[in-house]
Amino acid sequence: MHMHRLEKIWLTAGVSMLVVFLLVLGIMTFGRGIAPPNEHIHRIDPTKVSETPPFDKPQITKIGDNVYKAVMVAYAFGYDPIPMEVPTGATVHFEITSSDVVHGFEIPGTNVNVMVTPGEVSHVSHTFDKPGEYLILCNEYCGIAHEMMKTTLVVK
Amino acid sequence: MTDSKLSTFDRKDGQLVIAHVLFAFAALLLGGIAGMLQGMVKGGTISLPANIGYYELLTAHGVLMALIFTTYFIVGFLYSGVSQTLGGRLLPLTKKLGWIGYWLMSIGTLIGVVVILLGKASVLYTFYAPMKASPWFYVALALVVIGSWLSGFGIFYQYVQWRKTNKGKLSPLFAFMSVITMLLWQIATIGVAIEVVVQLIPWSFGWVETVNVVLSRTLFWFFGHPLVYFWLLPAYMCWYVIIPKIIGGKIFSDALARMSFVLFLLFSIPVGFHHQLMEPGISHFWKYLQVVLTFMVVIPSLMTAFSLFATFELNGRSKGTKGLFGWVKVLPWKDVRFFAPFMGMLIFIPAGAGGLINASNQMNAVVHNTLWVTGHFHLTVATSVALTFFGIVYWLIPVVTGRVLTPRLNKLGMIQTIIWCVGMFFMSGSMHTVGLLGSPRRTAYSTYDDHPDAIMWIPYHVAMAIGGIILFAGVLLIIYNLIALMRAPKGETEYPIGEVSDASEPTPRFLENWKLWIALTVILIVIAYTIPVIDQINNPTPGSPGYVTW
Repeated sequence: MHMHRLEKIWLTAGVSMLVVFLLVLGIMTFGRGIAPPNEHIHRIDPTKVSETPPFDKPQITKIGDNVYKAVMVAYAFGYDPIPMEVPTGATVHFEITSSDVVHGFEIPGTNVNVMVTPGEVSHVSHTFDKPGEYLILCNEYCGIAHEMMKTTLVVK
Repeated sequence: MTDSKLSTFDRKDGQLVIAHVLFAFAALLLGGIAGMLQGMVKGGTISLPANIGYYELLTAHGVLMALIFTTYFIVGFLYSGVSQTLGGRLLPLTKKLGWIGYWLMSIGTLIGVVVILLGKASVLYTFYAPMKASPWFYVALALVVIGSWLSGFGIFYQYVQWRKTNKGKLSPLFAFMSVITMLLWQIATIGVAIEVVVQLIPWSFGWVETVNVVLSRTLFWFFGHPLVYFWLLPAYMCWYVIIPKIIGGKIFSDALARMSFVLFLLFSIPVGFHHQLMEPGISHFWKYLQVVLTFMVVIPSLMTAFSLFATFELNGRSKGTKGLFGWVKVLPWKDVRFFAPFMGMLIFIPAGAGGLINASNQMNAVVHNTLWVTGHFHLTVATSVALTFFGIVYWLIPVVTGRVLTPRLNKLGMIQTIIWCVGMFFMSGSMHTVGLLGSPRRTAYSTYDDHPDAIMWIPYHVAMAIGGIILFAGVLLIIYNLIALMRAPKGETEYPIGEVSDASEPTPRFLENWKLWIALTVILIVIAYTIPVIDQINNPTPGSPGYVTW
């Protein structure tokens, strides 16, 4: 198909940038593991969340040197457990599931932003370098009090 | 090649077009009222009476604007151009399918709106399971989709008949693009049809206990992304085919226009996972593959940008303008039929750039489900597409009703366009900014117990409400203009179908090889979806019962 010379230049430049951009995304995803969550491997019966370990006891536990594991349940309209507190510099590995509808799990000011889908367990980690009271909120519409669904994580 | 002689538009066909356009704008008015109220609630300016819920309004706004306004307008616009370019009138069967489609969609819309306003379906227009709406909400959606299929079949039928009686001839560009648009729609809606008919309707009637949530989301987004191209392609049709005629120029290249539409057909369907990047249940590999396919639409977008500006520049040069940007001066800046779609084109540049951010698997974590995303699609569909559709109204209504656009209405149209751009600057600008700060989308007024982060968002929410009020003034003005156009003085208005530049090369015939394009489309879908969907079915997420949480 015939193309104008200038159009060839234009498309070559555009497509080259596209290739570089996609390479960056791919290397980040597979090479450095900076990837959105996650596989289809952690399953749970969404009607039996309160009886299934570890979600029968939502809690935040220390698992290493300033490393914590937060096992959390999202429900309409809140999160368990409350309250949560970690020292400054702590790395927290969150494991979250839902006991009813689809929820969100977002910590504004960080890159923590995952969907919480019933029947699946979402994993996300973050290192809290600055002290403060971090807001955790639901960013997927889940019902009448969706805008009230929140909790906080205190970093001391 | 294209039929551009001054001829009266078939009156009976005109009625079908008008019926669609009026329904579309009635939806725009209702959706606009809901939108403005939401903005004011979220900004903390008003609170709703106890019997109206914020999320009820939000559901109505989304369904009426994103599904009803767009689909009705698109079907009406495509039927008008098919009538014009494929023989000067609609074939009896096409017209019949158009009307049956219209009534099915209208019955569906009516049931849907009633169910939403009764508060039985505050599930938003994405209706994510396991929130369970009234079964009649899903039935209503199914009727809308089936109605639109019949309208699509009407277009296919007329096109096939035209090709039979015009053997060896290249089909008119408008008709070719209409077929691509409807083909895209038919293939994309298969996903949502399966979700609604196989999963949600039996589940909401209580015939089955549970629903596979991950699968339902995958089926929804199989449809949900091509949906945005279904909105966009008719706007592109105006840009490629109509605008050259309105500015008094020629279409840069017929072949490139067709090629870009073919690429949109190929690359807009196998990409739905980029809406599901932040959720479990799908592996990195399949997400990344679909991200790559998503970005392929950059190519036809760049082709389109090149073609449009080439048309503008060639037009200027043929009128004797000099210098690098001399052609800008001869564009008809005071003609709303050009100005409104042109503002749409211009705004599509930042809108498209925002889309690149959304679809990148790492950056999506920053913006996912924040107001940034809402800001993004208020630029794409609610500005680029909507302003183009508004621009179409100023000649389409006169053409099909045998009237003329008056200078006064042209001026009001210019004002309407400016109001829209200003309102959107405030609303979408604040949405983008506050979204980056983390403010979530789809939430009523909330300070999250006076958390400092959330308090910081409030001024932006107020700016959004101000934008929303300005935009509502724009809705009222376009409704007024539409009614005034229906009562404008009688006269002849030409259907502005552009002609291809003499300098452009002949169009290669493989571009109308539908077997090839459909086969490639199916192959790409099969590659992108087969393995993850089989995994979701064979290895299912434990099922969820339904919940009514509103």
